[in-house]
Amino acid sequence: MAARVEAIVAKFDGDKGQLVSILQDIQEEHRYLPREALEKASQLLNIPLSQIYSVATFFRAFSLEPRGRHLIKVCLGTACHVRGANRILERAALDLGIEAGQTTSDMAFTLETVNCVGCCALGPVVVVDDTTLGQMTTDKVVPMLERYRQ
Amino acid sequence: MVNLTIDGRQIKAREGMTLLQAAREHGIDIPTLCHNDALEPYGACRVCLVEITYKNGRNRLVTSCLYPVEEGLSVSTNSERVTANRKILVELLLARCSGEKVIQDLARKLGVESPPFRPEYIERNACILCAQCVRACQEVVGVSAISLANRGVSREVAPPFLETATACIGCGSCVYICPTQCIKMEDVGDTRFIHNWSVEFKLKKCKVCGNHFAPEAQLEYITAKANLPPGFFDTCTTCR
Repeated sequence: MAARVEAIVAKFDGDKGQLVSILQDIQEEHRYLPREALEKASQLLNIPLSQIYSVATFFRAFSLEPRGRHLIKVCLGTACHVRGANRILERAALDLGIEAGQTTSDMAFTLETVNCVGCCALGPVVVVDDTTLGQMTTDKVVPMLERYRQ
Repeated sequence: MVNLTIDGRQIKAREGMTLLQAAREHGIDIPTLCHNDALEPYGACRVCLVEITYKNGRNRLVTSCLYPVEEGLSVSTNSERVTANRKILVELLLARCSGEKVIQDLARKLGVESPPFRPEYIERNACILCAQCVRACQEVVGVSAISLANRGVSREVAPPFLETATACIGCGSCVYICPTQCIKMEDVGDTRFIHNWSVEFKLKKCKVCGNHFAPEAQLEYITAKANLPPGFFDTCTTCR
C-alpha cells in the first residue's frame, strides 16, 4: 500500500495543494481511504494527519469505511423526492438488507443517499458506480441489483 | 494612511488593517467569538459582521475581522441590518450552546432572551466551534494535533480518527484559549491528562524544587525547536 501511495503522491509532485486529488486517487484504488494510506500520505506530503482527517471527513465522496464493490447512490434531491425516491431507497434497502450508509456483509454493495446529481429531469435517479439510471421505479430496483450481483 | 468612516466617525487607519482592528483601535466595540489577536483572522463565527457602503452607494454585509480597510469606505457596526443579522446568528448559537456563558452574555447584550426554537431543538453543546484551539495548535504551537472533523451538524473538534491525538505534546494551549472552557485538562501528581484528546503525559520534575512543572513531551519539543542545549529544562522557570 505504501508504494502505491508514494506513486500517487509522486504523480502530483508531492504538491500539498493537490490533497483532494491525491485522496481521490487513493480512494479509487481501495474504494475507501484506508487509515495506513492516510498516514503515509501525511508523512510524504508533510501535512499533519489531523488536517488530512479533517479533509477526508469533510467531503461526502470520501469514505473512511471499506465500501462494497458497487456503490449505489439513491438521489433524494427535491425533484427525485417528489417522484418517490424514498420508496426506491426503501426497496433497495429491503432487498440488500442494509440501511443507507451501510455495506452488505459480502462487500458487494454499499447503499448511500445523495442530495441531487444534477439531472432532475430523469428523476427519480439512482447512480450505480458511474452509471446514471433515470426514471427509476420500485419494480426496477431488484432486477437492477440482480444485474450487478453477478 | 487610509481614510474611512466608522459609525459616522472619521478615522485614519494603516493600510492592510482589518475593519475590526481599525474600529477597536478607536474604541468602537464590535463583538467577536472566534477572533483572537494571537491567531490569523478566521471569520467563522460571523458575529463581527458590519455593513459597509462603498463610494458608489452600494452596500453589503462583511465580516469585519477579515475585511481590510479601504479608502472612502463607510462602515456601520450597529445599523438595523447588522443588528438583525447578528441577532439571528446569536439565536442559532444560543440554540446550540444554551448553557455557555459567553453566548448567554452576548445574547443578553443583543436583547435575545431565548432562541426562537422549540425546546426539543435546544442543545447544550459546550463547544461553539470557534476553532481557536485548532488554530492555536496549528499556528502558534505548530503541532496540529487536532482539527475540525466532519461537517454540518456533526462538525466537531477532534483528534485524527477520533482516537488519541498522537501528535499532541500536552502544552495545554487549546485548554487556555478555549472561550467556553470545554477542553478538560488535569494534572495529577506527575501526570497530565487532556481528556478530550485521550492523551496523558509525564510531567517533568524540577531538579531544585521538585515540582512537576511541564510535560516532558512539550519540553522536548521546545528544546528541539529552539535548539536549546540538553538539560535546559532540568529546572523550572521559578528556580532558574
